[in-house]
Amino acid sequence: MTEMVEVRGVSKAYGGVLANDSVSLDVPEGRVTGLIGPNGSGKTTLFNSIVGYHPIDEGSIKFKGEEISDMHVQEIARLGLLRTFQQTRIYSKMNCVDNMLISAPHRTETFRSMFRAYPHDLTEKAESLLEFVGLYAKRRLISGDLSFGQQKLLEFAMALMNEPKMLLLDEPTAGINPTLINGLIDRLHHAATELGVTLFVIEHNMPVIMNLADNIYCLANGKLLAHGSPEEIKKDERVINAYLGAHFEADDKD
Amino acid sequence: MSLSQQKFLLYAGLLLAGILAPFVFPNFTFQITVLWVMILFALTWDILGGQMGYNSLGNIFFFGAGMYVCAIVQIGLYYDVAQYTVSSGAVKVEFTPEQYFTGLFLGIIAAALSSVVFAIIFGWVVFGLRGPYFAIGTLGFTLAAGELVGAWEYVGGGGGIALPIFPGEPDDRALFFYTLSFIPAICTFAFLRWLYSGRFGLAANAIRDDEEKAEGMGIHTMRYKTTGWAIAAFFLGISGAVFGNMIGFIEPLEVAFPTVTFGIFMVIMCLLGGKGTLWGPVVGATLFHAFKEVTWTYLLGWQWVALGALIIILVVFFQQGIMGWAQDKWPERFGIIVEGADTADAADQKAAQ
Repeated sequence: MTEMVEVRGVSKAYGGVLANDSVSLDVPEGRVTGLIGPNGSGKTTLFNSIVGYHPIDEGSIKFKGEEISDMHVQEIARLGLLRTFQQTRIYSKMNCVDNMLISAPHRTETFRSMFRAYPHDLTEKAESLLEFVGLYAKRRLISGDLSFGQQKLLEFAMALMNEPKMLLLDEPTAGINPTLINGLIDRLHHAATELGVTLFVIEHNMPVIMNLADNIYCLANGKLLAHGSPEEIKKDERVINAYLGAHFEADDKD
Repeated sequence: MSLSQQKFLLYAGLLLAGILAPFVFPNFTFQITVLWVMILFALTWDILGGQMGYNSLGNIFFFGAGMYVCAIVQIGLYYDVAQYTVSSGAVKVEFTPEQYFTGLFLGIIAAALSSVVFAIIFGWVVFGLRGPYFAIGTLGFTLAAGELVGAWEYVGGGGGIALPIFPGEPDDRALFFYTLSFIPAICTFAFLRWLYSGRFGLAANAIRDDEEKAEGMGIHTMRYKTTGWAIAAFFLGISGAVFGNMIGFIEPLEVAFPTVTFGIFMVIMCLLGGKGTLWGPVVGATLFHAFKEVTWTYLLGWQWVALGALIIILVVFFQQGIMGWAQDKWPERFGIIVEGADTADAADQKAAQ
């Protein structure tokens, strides 16, 4: 099993707050890895560090063996390492198809291709991905007018349109109603197994992440607290104390 | 009649109206000439201001730069520029028709190309700024440029330059400059129509809606911004070169870098017509120009008050502009539809699975 992302000893401080304190973890290729932890434990900060939204203070981040900790956001994105946002971010004044088209990979873009029209098969691909997330009928609507849950699905479809090798999802199910969540989990599974996209997922919904992930990391106070399979994490005393709480087992049984 | 036929007729009709206008309304040739300049202003401002969400108050810089570059080429081809500007008015300088047209032709080309170079340098300086900082940064840059040119004796300083005189009758001169204003405006429109229909248009809109997201998706944002800026500069440079020659006398503050008149008009015209649309700047420029001509004629003395009132009304009550309002009113005409039949199909398919 090869590692897609290797994080080694990454620290990041905001002012006086040490958001990540020497965090090391591995995300294996072709699998779903979970990241859990209480609010303020540094999960989103770690995501931001990996995709280059801010420089890290210490440590090293490797993507497919290549050091990326000093690269810009756009360069990292073009390598195929992409993230979605906790507060969904789409191009809100454009329609869904245009949102999808502009998300097509920019890896090989040259000065001349900036001016080209989109080939027909790209539109077809955009529409089939919109169909995949259930937004086909609304593809001509202005995306900002969609509901929050639909925008979240659109953002996920846009990320897939970019043909990433790895996707970092920041709370994909937050704000989505329970029936949609099941559909979303199926689609995440599909992306991981059929499209071969490595997933690294922050999630507060425990049944979802336990069901989805092969292995889970737990952060607390900026430090790595535990790592293991979902079963191991569920039983881990430190995780229960810091995050899950003693009542979690009872909840999980019904 | 199909939609594309309707569109073709619309374009052909407008093109014909543009060609015939100076013959049908010979008394208004100058006003209609300025209208084409205004349309070009609005269209080029909208590339960054409307499509990309970068509200520049300094686009007029390229207009003035083009004007001065053209003047230097026109004069410098045949005379020493410094001597020409010093002796301006005292010594009569002659240009043969051949010299005049050669100089003007080469001057316009030089104006367009140098404006592109200026845009790349200027963009490199200001594209790190966002929102109001970008607006103020570009404004400051342009004000500074006007002052610097005013202090530069080689090009006549604040006293300006008298440009070569058109070798011909006044009526021919009017038609000549009408043509030179009409063609660049039409070319700008046609070029932008093509530009917005492809990848560039979508990338520009993505930068406008959420630049951080666009970066996160790997879009070459800086490349798109600089290119858009350079395209605006190219056409504005041509426009400045032509306009300077039409006026016949150029100086830095009122003619070449008129930040508070033309520089602001560009923005108002786009707001009025609806920024971020292809037709908005054209509609806005036409209405604004008509409004301005009417108030300057019938409300003289109060014309700036009327203009101020228009700006306030636009900003407070009518931010989306005419095209934006039309899109809200008739969304289906702009292709914003939910496909009811498709929804049912999709539901059926889901059920079948």
